[in-house]
Amino acid sequence: MSVQQPSTVEPLAALPAQTGAAPLPEWTALGPVLALVAAGLLLLLWDTVFPNRRTNTELSVIAAVGSLAALALSGWYLAAGTGRPATGGAITLFAEAITIDGLALFFTAIVASVTTLVVVASRDYLTDHETPGEFYSLVVLAAAGMALLASASSLATIFVALEMVSLPSYALVAYLKENRGSVEAGLKYFLVGAVSSAIFVFGISLVYAATGSLLLSDVAAAFGDLGDLAGVAGVGVVMMIAGFAFKTASVPVHFWAPEVYEGAPAPVSAFLSSASKAAGFAVAFRVFTEAFHLGGEVTAVGIDWALVFAVLAVVTMTLGNFAAAVQTEVKRMLAYSSIGHAGYALIGLAAISAGGSHNGAVMGASMAHLFVYGFMNTGAFLFIAMVERWGVGRTFEDYAGLGTVAPMASVAMTVFMFSLAGLPPFGGFFSKYFLFAGAVFNGFWWLAAVGALNSVLSLYYYSRVVKAIWIEDPTDALAAVDSRPTALYGAVIVAAVATVVVLPGFGPVIETAEAAATALFG
Amino acid sequence: MIIEALIAFTFVSAMAVLLAPDEWAGRLAFALSLVPFLGSLFLWARFDGSGNALTGGELAFETQIDWIEVGGYTIQWFVGLDGISLPLVVLTAFLVPLAIVSAWTPIDDRQSQFYGLILFMEANLIGVFAALDFFAWFVFWEAVLLPMYFLIGVWGGPRRKYAAIKFFVYTNAASLVMFLGFMALVFSLPVETFGLPEVTQSIAAGELGSFYGIPAETIGLVAFVAMFAGFAVKVPMVPVHTWLPDAHVEAPTPASVLLAGVLLKMGTYALLRFNFTMLPDQASTLAVPIAALAVISVIYGAMLALAQQDLKRIVAYSSVSSMGYVILGLIAFTVYGVGGATFQMVAHGLISGLMFMAVGVIYNATHTRMVTDMSGLADRMPVAVWILVAGAFAYMGLPLMAGFAGEFYVFVGSFGSPVANGLMPVFTALAMFGIVIVAGYLLFAMQRTLFGPFRLDTDYELGRAPRRETLPLAALLVAIIVLGVAPDLFFEMIREAVVPVVEGGVN
Repeated sequence: MSVQQPSTVEPLAALPAQTGAAPLPEWTALGPVLALVAAGLLLLLWDTVFPNRRTNTELSVIAAVGSLAALALSGWYLAAGTGRPATGGAITLFAEAITIDGLALFFTAIVASVTTLVVVASRDYLTDHETPGEFYSLVVLAAAGMALLASASSLATIFVALEMVSLPSYALVAYLKENRGSVEAGLKYFLVGAVSSAIFVFGISLVYAATGSLLLSDVAAAFGDLGDLAGVAGVGVVMMIAGFAFKTASVPVHFWAPEVYEGAPAPVSAFLSSASKAAGFAVAFRVFTEAFHLGGEVTAVGIDWALVFAVLAVVTMTLGNFAAAVQTEVKRMLAYSSIGHAGYALIGLAAISAGGSHNGAVMGASMAHLFVYGFMNTGAFLFIAMVERWGVGRTFEDYAGLGTVAPMASVAMTVFMFSLAGLPPFGGFFSKYFLFAGAVFNGFWWLAAVGALNSVLSLYYYSRVVKAIWIEDPTDALAAVDSRPTALYGAVIVAAVATVVVLPGFGPVIETAEAAATALFG
Repeated sequence: MIIEALIAFTFVSAMAVLLAPDEWAGRLAFALSLVPFLGSLFLWARFDGSGNALTGGELAFETQIDWIEVGGYTIQWFVGLDGISLPLVVLTAFLVPLAIVSAWTPIDDRQSQFYGLILFMEANLIGVFAALDFFAWFVFWEAVLLPMYFLIGVWGGPRRKYAAIKFFVYTNAASLVMFLGFMALVFSLPVETFGLPEVTQSIAAGELGSFYGIPAETIGLVAFVAMFAGFAVKVPMVPVHTWLPDAHVEAPTPASVLLAGVLLKMGTYALLRFNFTMLPDQASTLAVPIAALAVISVIYGAMLALAQQDLKRIVAYSSVSSMGYVILGLIAFTVYGVGGATFQMVAHGLISGLMFMAVGVIYNATHTRMVTDMSGLADRMPVAVWILVAGAFAYMGLPLMAGFAGEFYVFVGSFGSPVANGLMPVFTALAMFGIVIVAGYLLFAMQRTLFGPFRLDTDYELGRAPRRETLPLAALLVAIIVLGVAPDLFFEMIREAVVPVVEGGVN
C-alpha cells in the first residue's frame, strides 16, 4: 500500500474523468457518504425550520433523493472503475483512515439501495406518527455510517463508523415508543450492542497494543514480528470477531436478532437485516484480508481465522435454518432466515485459504449474495410492513389468502421467498450458486455441501409463506386489507423487479464484486 | 432471434393476461397463445438445421451470447433448435391454446391469474426445449415448476394442497440431485462454458478428468446416475412415479393436459440430451438395469391403471406406462429406438392431452370421474364420446394413428438393439405385454362408462358437450391422425438428429 500524503491534491486517474474536463478532486470519492450525510442534515433542518408545514411525504422524498444520489454516485464510480488497480488503485483519504476501493463502493451501493427502498416504504408506514423527521434522519445517518464503515481502513474509523451505525439503530428499533415489543427490542439491542462494542473496542486496543498502529496496512506489516505480544494480538483478533458477529447477526452474537427484528418496526427490520448486515460484512472482509491476511503473519499469532469463520458459518446457517423452520410468525421466521443468510455470506470469509486460487471468487460471490439479499430480504420485510399496516396478523395462518386481496404484492412476496430459497429463475439462485461453486473450487466442498443442504431445507419454510398466501383459503382477517399504500407498494414491487432482473443481469454484479474482492487479495 | 421473440412475446402475454379483467382473460389468453403457435409453425417451415445439436450439428435459429463470465467459466445465452427439440416446441405451442380453451368451462375463479400462469409456463417450456446452455436451460426448467405448483395448488381438487406440495418437493429434490450430478461432470472437464454441445463434445473426446481426487470413471458414473435419478422423477419412472397420480387427479383439466402432454416430456427430453447423448458409455454400461426399469414402468404402470376406478387416475397411470416405452427406445441406441422414443414423446403428448381433455369434458357434464358412477354416456354426448374412443384407440396403438407409429418404431428399434448383452429382445417382448394390458383397461373402462344403458349417479342434467369443448378434442384427433398417416413430418428430422447419438452409443 502506498503511503499517500492526504494534503497533496493531485489529480488521480482513479476518479471518473470526462474527456477534456479536469479529473474530479480526490475528496469526491467520498461523494456517496457525503450525499447521505447531507440528506440526513437537511432532514433535520427541514424538520426544525418548518415544524408545522412539513409533511411526511416531503421528508420521505428528501431521504429518498439523498440515498438515490448516493446510489447513483457509487454506481457511477463503480462503472468508471474508481479505486480499481487498473485505474490507479484504491484512493486513500485522511492519512489512510479511509480507503475508497471497489469493496467500499460495492457495499455503499448495497446500503444506498436498501436505504432508498426503506425510506420510500416508510412514508406509508409512518403516516400515523407525529415525528417522522427523526425517523428519516436517523435512517439516512445510519446509512451514512454504514457507507463509511465500508470505506474505513483504520481501526479507529472503523469503530467510530460502527458506533455511527449502532446508535441510530438503537433509537430506530425503539421508534414505536407506545409499543411494548418495539421498546423491549430496542433495549435488548442496545444492551447486546453495548457489550459487543465494548468487546470490539477492547479487541482493537489489544491489537493496537501489540502492533502499535491502528491503520490496517501497518497492522498487517507489524504482524510479522510481534514477539511476546503475539498472544495479545491473537486475543484481540478473536474479540474483534465477536464484534463482527454482532453486526452481521452471526453465531455466537446472533441471539438479539430474532427479538429485535420482530419487535422493531418492519422497515427498520428490513434496514438492519439487509444494510447493517452488509456493512458488517464489508468491514469484516476488509479487516481480515488487509490487516490479518492469512499466510505467515497470522499463523504467527496462532489464529486460523478462516477456520473460525468456517465453524461459525456452518453453525450460523444451520441454526438459522432450523430455527426458522419451526416459527409460527412470519416476521420471526424471516429474522431467523436472516441469521441463516449471514451463515451463507460467512462462506466468503470461511472458504479463504492462504494459497487459495479462488479467494477472490468466493469472497466476490459472497458480496454478490449480499447484494441480491439486499433486495429480496428488504422486499420481504417491507411486505411484512404492509401487512402490519393493514393489521392482518403475524402468523402464517393470518396470511392465508392474501393473494386474493393483494395479488401484486403477493406476487412480489412469492418472488422474495423463492429467491431467498435460491430457486431459479430469481437472483438468489445465481448468488448462492456462485458462492457454493467458489467454495468448491477453493477446496471447501464440505462448506458448500452444508450450504446446499441448508438451502434445500430453507425451501420448506419459505414455501410455507407462499402456500399461505396463495393456496390456503382466505379468512375473515383479510377484511382488514382496506388500502393500497402507494409508496410501500412501489418499494415492494421495485424490490421484486430488482430480484428478478438481477438474474439476467447478474454478470455486472458478480464481475464487479469479484474484481473488488480480488483486489483485496492482490 | 425468432426463438427469443417467441419466448419474450409469451412472457409479455402472460403479464398482459395477468393484469386483464377476469371476464375476458380466457379469450385474451387464447388469442395471444395463437401467436407462439403460428410462430412455431413458422419455425417448422423455416427449419434448416441438421444433425444433433449436442454433437456439433447445424443448429437452426441459433443465438449465442456471453451472459456471465466469472471464475474461469462463461455462462451463455445459447439457444437453437435441432430435429429433436423442434417437434417438442411445436407440440408445446400447439397444446397450450387447446388447453386454454379447455379451461374456459371449469375455471371460474381468479381467471386472469390462471391463464397468466399457463402462458408463463409456455414461455418457459419453449425455453427448456430451445436452451443449449446448462444455466439457461436450468432456469427455464425450474421456472416451469412454479406455475404448475400454483395451478395444482390453487385451482386443484379437494386434495390440492397435498398434491401440489408433493409435486413441488419431488421435482425440486430431483432437480437438485440432477444439478449436482451435472456440476460434478462439468467441473471434471476442461471446458470453459456450460454449453451443452461443448460439454458433450469434450466428453466424447475423452477429456473427462478427475476432480477432488475422484477418478474420471467414477465421476462419469455418479453423474450419470444422479442425472438419471433426477430426470426419472420427472418422466416419471417406477419407483419415483408416486407424485404423478396425485398431481394429475387434483390438477384442473388444462393443467393435466400440459402436465402429461409436455411436462413429462421434459424428463425424457433431458434424459435423451444429458444421459444418453452426453454419457453414452455409461448408458451402455447400465443398459440392463435401465431397460429393466423401463419394462417395469410399462407393466407396473399399466397394472396400476387396470386397478383404478377414477378415469383420470387411469389415464395418469397409463402415462407412466407409455413413458416406459420411451425409456426403452432411448436405451436401445438404435436409430429407430431413439428416434421412435422421440416421436413417441410427441405422439404421447397429443394422445394423453386428448384423453385428459376428454375426461375433463365428461367431468364438466357429469361432475364425476368414477367409472362406477356412470354408464351409457355415448347416448347423451356422442361427439365427445366418439372422440374419446378414437383417442383410446390411438393410445392402444391403432395403425394410422400417431401412437402406433411411435410404439412401432420403438419396438423395431429396441428389438434389434445391440446393448444390454443381447437381452433387449427379451425386454422388448416383455414390454409388448403392456399393450395388451393397455387395451384391457381402456376397453374395460369405456365399456362400463360409455356404453350400455344410460345411468348417472350425480344430480346433474346431462346434455351434449358444448362445441367449444369438443373442438379442441377434434383438433387433437386430427393432429394424431395426421402424424399417424405421415410420421415423416417429424420423423425425418428426428432421424437426422438421433443418428449421431446412436453412433456415439454403440461401441
